Amino acid sequence: MSPTRTIFKREFAGYFATPLAAVYLVIFLALTGIFTFNMGGLYESGQASLRPFFGFLPQLFLFLVPAIAMRIWAEERRLGTVELLMTLPVSVGELVTGKFLAAWAFACVALGLTVPLWLTVSYLGDPDHGVILTSYFGGALMAGAFLAVGACLSALTKNQVIAFVLCLIAFFALLLSGYPGFTELVPGWMPEVVVDALAYMSFLTHYEALQKGVVDLRDVLFFLSVIGAALFVNALVLDWKKAD
Amino acid sequence: MDPYIEAHGLRKEFGSILAVDGVDLVVQPGEVLGFLGPNGAGKSTTMKMVTGFLEPTAGSIRVCGVDMLANPREAKRSIGYLPEGAPAYPDMTVVEFLRFIAEVRGFDRAAARDQIERLVEQVHLGGVYHQTIETLSKGFKRRVGLAQAFLHDPPVLVLDEPTDGLDPNQKHEVRDLIREMGKQKTILLSTHILEEVEAVCTRAVIINRGRAVFDGTPAELDEQAPAEVTANRLDWVFRNITTSDTVVAGGAR
Ligand SMILES: Nc1ncnc2c1ncn2[C@@H]1O[C@H](COP(=O)(O)OP(=O)(O)OP(=O)(O)O)[C@@H](O)[C@H]1O
Ligand SMILES: [Mg+2]
Repeated sequence: MSPTRTIFKREFAGYFATPLAAVYLVIFLALTGIFTFNMGGLYESGQASLRPFFGFLPQLFLFLVPAIAMRIWAEERRLGTVELLMTLPVSVGELVTGKFLAAWAFACVALGLTVPLWLTVSYLGDPDHGVILTSYFGGALMAGAFLAVGACLSALTKNQVIAFVLCLIAFFALLLSGYPGFTELVPGWMPEVVVDALAYMSFLTHYEALQKGVVDLRDVLFFLSVIGAALFVNALVLDWKKAD
Repeated sequence: MDPYIEAHGLRKEFGSILAVDGVDLVVQPGEVLGFLGPNGAGKSTTMKMVTGFLEPTAGSIRVCGVDMLANPREAKRSIGYLPEGAPAYPDMTVVEFLRFIAEVRGFDRAAARDQIERLVEQVHLGGVYHQTIETLSKGFKRRVGLAQAFLHDPPVLVLDEPTDGLDPNQKHEVRDLIREMGKQKTILLSTHILEEVEAVCTRAVIINRGRAVFDGTPAELDEQAPAEVTANRLDWVFRNITTSDTVVAGGAR
């Protein structure tokens, strides 16, 4: 078995080693339920679609992905097990990748548990299954990008609470610049290219296209490059911070 | 035969703090080297560099002839390392943890099982096999750390304060274990207990403020004390060496 797979396996099993995973999944499902049925007005809309759910997903991720990401490295550094890992015959790249993939898999499990919503709307009406499928795909990609950035931030500290707050701030910024109102918020002296670049960097911009049922390769590549870049930086941050 | 650990001119700066200032460490096959020094002398930092956790600011490290900086994966294979405080994952059981380490080290399932069974016997972990590590006493936690270091039967062991914080019985047992291992392995171990050096080590190196200030056999260390000192002679030498700045050449090496 490759080291990456072994790290992945331990890490993924680690999510379920405590009741925390179950609590987390329940909260995630409860919130998706509330967002979709109550606030999203799934029934009132009279339309059979999961748009309300996927529309709220970025905001849901804003709070729930940091809860997964915060422990990735902070806990390892607090326990001192990072020293154990990094003196095994494994490269930093393998460690970073294995841990990230486990976190992503856990997030995908959470996302997968919302499939009953899909079944519900299918039962109630005739939703566009293609749109739902690309929305799930977009949601998973966005979760991966958030987690990769979050893993990076988690390597900066030994304290999970600090890691959580750092993630929250970063994720907020990554979402905010994509809101339609953002262009009015930025000061007028900012050149338009900068504003456009900021809006382009927002996860929201790319997620929204996927949510409409359009799989544009550029959006997929955007998320994948964010993941790749963040993992690369994660390895650097880890090397930089491991001694503290 | 080439030395199993060969570090030259090791130096480590943490910002403005100079933790290790040009340490040479050569450990021959079969040696059990006691690494001594007051708190903050740079023992752990040196061991972290030898095991490849930290990159030195300057200097070279070879383990079993393999350059740690150029080829870390290969070099790390020949080392078993017990970091200070024996870190482990608290919510894993002993057997899960050892299985994880075995897998990362490339053992297949059957080989890992055999090896873990053998180890559990040797390190006396039988009773706590399926207990989570967070519920273990300090002594057992330390044994798990040792088991993890012995797991792949490495030629070189680096043990950072293996007996620290253990009760006298546990200390004795761990010491016996190290003496037993020392028959087949090359060991670098740090400690604050001078009797330990006499009990298990073939050679001692004392460092102070990042520099080696003594290198010799335990007997040579003892000779440093004047005849009128009758009790705790090693303690006397240790204090004498590490509270002055004079470099004492013990054995000619
Ligand atoms: N990550 C770090 N950042 C800054 N300084 C550090 C770091 N790690 C160690 N030091 C400093 O380097 C020096 C050597 O520390 P080290 O832990 O190697 O000592 P030691 O000999 O193992 O001490 P002890 O006997 O207490 O374990 C100390 O002054 C310590 O404060
Ligand atoms: Mg130390």
